[in-house]
Amino acid sequence: MRLPQFGSVPSFSNTPGRELLARSQVLKRSWPFVLDLCVAAMGLACFYAVVRICMFWAGPPSEQMVVSLSPRSLPLYAFYSVVRIFLAYVLSLVFAITYGYTAAYNKRVEPLMIAALDIMQSIPVLSFLPPVMLAMIRLFPTRHIGVELGAIVLIFTGAVWNMAFSFYSSLKSIPRELVEATNIYRYSAPQRLFQLELPFAAIGLVWNSIMSVAGGWFFLMACEMFHFGSRDFRLPGLGSYLQTAADAGNGHAILYGLLTMVAIIVATDQLVWRPLITWSDKFKFEQVESSKHGSSPLLHILTHSAGVQAILKHTTVPLGEAFYQRLAKARAARMEKLATAPAQETGAAAAARVLPWVLILVVAAAVVFAAQRALILLSPVDRAQYAELLKGAGATFLRVNFSLLLAAGWTIPVGVAIGFNPRLARIAQPLAQIAASVPATALFPVILLALVRLGGGLGLGSIVLMLLGTQWYILFNVIAGAMAIPTDLKEVATLFRFSRFERWRKVILPGIFPYLITGMVTASGGAWNASIIAEYFRLNNRTLTTLGLGAQISSATEHGQFPILLLGTILISLMVVTTNRLVWRPLYRLAETRYRLG
Amino acid sequence: MTEAIIRAERVEKYYAQPSENRIQVIAPTDLSIVPGEIVALLGPSGSGKSTLLRMLTGLSAPSAGKVFWHEREIASTEVNVSIVFQSFALFPWLTVEENVEAVLKARGMEPAERRKRALKMLDTVGLDGFQAAYPKELSGGMRQRVGFARALVVEPEVLFMDEPFSALDVLTAENLRSELLELWQNKTIPTKAIFLVTHNIEEAVLLADRIIVLGRNPGKVRTDFKVGLQHPRDRKATAFTQLVDYVYKVLTQPDAKPPELPQTPGATASPERKRPHYQMLPHARPGGIAGLLEILIDHQGKDDIYRLADDLAFEIDDLLPIVDAASLLGFLTVNEGDAEITRSGTDFANSEILGQKQLFRKAALEHVLLLRQIVRAVETKSDGSVSEEFFHDILDEQFTEEETVRQLETAVSWGRYAELFDFDAARRRFLQSERLHHELENEEVSLESDE
Repeated sequence: MRLPQFGSVPSFSNTPGRELLARSQVLKRSWPFVLDLCVAAMGLACFYAVVRICMFWAGPPSEQMVVSLSPRSLPLYAFYSVVRIFLAYVLSLVFAITYGYTAAYNKRVEPLMIAALDIMQSIPVLSFLPPVMLAMIRLFPTRHIGVELGAIVLIFTGAVWNMAFSFYSSLKSIPRELVEATNIYRYSAPQRLFQLELPFAAIGLVWNSIMSVAGGWFFLMACEMFHFGSRDFRLPGLGSYLQTAADAGNGHAILYGLLTMVAIIVATDQLVWRPLITWSDKFKFEQVESSKHGSSPLLHILTHSAGVQAILKHTTVPLGEAFYQRLAKARAARMEKLATAPAQETGAAAAARVLPWVLILVVAAAVVFAAQRALILLSPVDRAQYAELLKGAGATFLRVNFSLLLAAGWTIPVGVAIGFNPRLARIAQPLAQIAASVPATALFPVILLALVRLGGGLGLGSIVLMLLGTQWYILFNVIAGAMAIPTDLKEVATLFRFSRFERWRKVILPGIFPYLITGMVTASGGAWNASIIAEYFRLNNRTLTTLGLGAQISSATEHGQFPILLLGTILISLMVVTTNRLVWRPLYRLAETRYRLG
Repeated sequence: MTEAIIRAERVEKYYAQPSENRIQVIAPTDLSIVPGEIVALLGPSGSGKSTLLRMLTGLSAPSAGKVFWHEREIASTEVNVSIVFQSFALFPWLTVEENVEAVLKARGMEPAERRKRALKMLDTVGLDGFQAAYPKELSGGMRQRVGFARALVVEPEVLFMDEPFSALDVLTAENLRSELLELWQNKTIPTKAIFLVTHNIEEAVLLADRIIVLGRNPGKVRTDFKVGLQHPRDRKATAFTQLVDYVYKVLTQPDAKPPELPQTPGATASPERKRPHYQMLPHARPGGIAGLLEILIDHQGKDDIYRLADDLAFEIDDLLPIVDAASLLGFLTVNEGDAEITRSGTDFANSEILGQKQLFRKAALEHVLLLRQIVRAVETKSDGSVSEEFFHDILDEQFTEEETVRQLETAVSWGRYAELFDFDAARRRFLQSERLHHELENEEVSLESDE
């Protein structure tokens, strides 16, 4: 799925290829349609399994947790939220690396895994929120850990796919001769991982981590406070603080909350991302040294500190040495055995060959069963409800595209102006970055409150939220695109006295086209995702709602109507995947072939 | 005869195609590497030199046949070989010393011992003082020295080199070659044999004790002979130039039986191969062909190709496709390593740009089957357009995927130049050329008026 927030974009001089700024499109469709069906079936199966579990464990009613609005409790809340994000991120990183590695080196499952990736990163994760939450809560009767885990799992499902895809495609693009060198010089798999694969993938992983964590904040704000039926689940954290503050209409608390949010984001940027980006610079796969280098005082301290070096020298270094020596010995023993007893298929080996097939069969059977049960779950939905859902889908579709148009409408001229003017860029860039880094979901209660006071409704509010969450993708991509237009092209336009109109048509628009498309693809996914919280919102114990698929999904959640929830999720996933396949992918391909500069 | 370190027995490589046709990259080949010799493997591009090297090192398994390491099957033994790569294949995030040490680490060596050996080897290859540098801070020649240090530090029995000098400039390459030879002759390194893949004839004759020449479509050994010259070898010596000329002739006459070897015999005869349905289009640009012909005219219309490459400071591998292309189009003839311009070639070279296009068009239609078929196809289609995939599928039967793509690229480049057809790169379709269309109509009109 796409992450509708940008978080911290450190600086444009460090901006890597635009493929790193957004989810990567699978350009070449290398798998048959059947596999897409398989993935869809698995999705259904997962959904059913989760729903089943949570229906099974009808738990005791939960006690109310009171969120204090005192500024003194803010540091603790902020800490809770940061820990949640951190745990979810670590989980995502481990999973992404495992997933990417398996997909890249296991030819049999590769197409299926990549098809799954492509779909998983397209579907809106928020509609999975209620079942995941409920399942987790019932899994752990101790209330807190259940809700905590639910939030973490949800952030994880939002953050992991782009990282997995980035790692997978890095593995696939390692130059052949480097791989051959590791083979001929007898590198063990761990040594290859640490000396070749991870370094090669590092830059992509860092940039995608930044995106994932920013997206994580977006979801966390939404899922720290969440209603299901009569129940009201709350986690102490920044998100619940802000929502409670908005509920109570407490202006001071809102301000403190937002300031804390900005402070956290600036701190993460300075203390984590900047050092990481600077550090990952050495993993650039380049033959000549580039002149551009970022700098990070923190990294400098870490790498030049005698203390840190000493600790490393006495911990990881000897451990690593022992590990590698054992691996080498194991290899020698294996080769000797192979040489004395030439390959003979033992019973165990034969079993090991059959086992995966048995496993695949069992899993396939389970998937088919669960997917079918999930479809049965849909049977109580009547025709009127179908019609209602389709109408909602139409409304949300219009809303998403309208907000995209609005976003493109203001970001293209502004982005081009910033991109063409270095002086303006110096002023506008940091401002835009801070504005972009505040999760839209954190601002939403505040903005909605203001809108309601002014007499507006959620119809307008939902578009504002979509806009807030997604415009930055387009803006940053347009700026990067405008900066990438070569000076000589601009000079040609001046030399031949292109009119303003011609300049835009012949130089600027084609020049930014690939970047614009990348931004729009990502923004469109983000807007769909945002629709789930944007169209249905509880404020001051009042439920604001507007016609739309997102509202229907949220309402089904609150009223515990699983069939509608399931159908809505299927519908929204189908819409996103279909638009991707029919609109964005062809445009993307066009951008890659026709409008690629250099 | 001494026992071979590596022996390949009827190894071949092919890629299965869905249509039962398979693409043979390397025909069944026997080959062995014995202690004490430098073997050079020469061949035009696309003859599978690198593929053969990878099968001999155990990196890639042959489709059929077997490779033995000290008479044991290579898959079930630990082989002690190194490869020096054309692209150096160094890890840019490791320092020079870490790059060299990493391969010792893989063998489980203690840190202290590792460091000692790495530094000693760096010293041997002349990189003393550079151990803390990163590869990207070094020049190409220095980087390849790191490549050599890494390859030699594991004390391989056989050192494989895959075009190790071709990414370097001429002087650096010459320098590295002579240093390598020195290490080898003084037995500074315990390596027992060196296997060098190259497309540089002079390099092979300069270094090798034995030269193997591969032919292509499919790759197979065309000749395999010993070089009896004493080291150091003098490039100007008659024996040296004769050998170079000999190899050269073998390479430039892919269809003929290799000529008699000067001095020492040993060339193996190659069986006549079936001519492929489509000629392999050499990957040359029309502009390059015109340029070559103009130079030939300056050389009185005839010159030794090898000397020509030398004069132009071209790698012979870069010049050969142009010569092949010109000869395919009937602009020149190749005989005994000499290229001689033909009448039509002279006309072509002396024409103005539009005239050149016209002559090229004529020659292309006459000699190149693929271009003829594309033109025919777009003319017969009512909408005047044919998808690239159609020809891709036909060529696929005969060439590898990679080669098919390159064949089509060349066809597009020639066809566009000659205005035989247009190519819509966005839709990947061949289109009827407007100009050609008009021309044909005009011709018909003029024919009618003649009647």
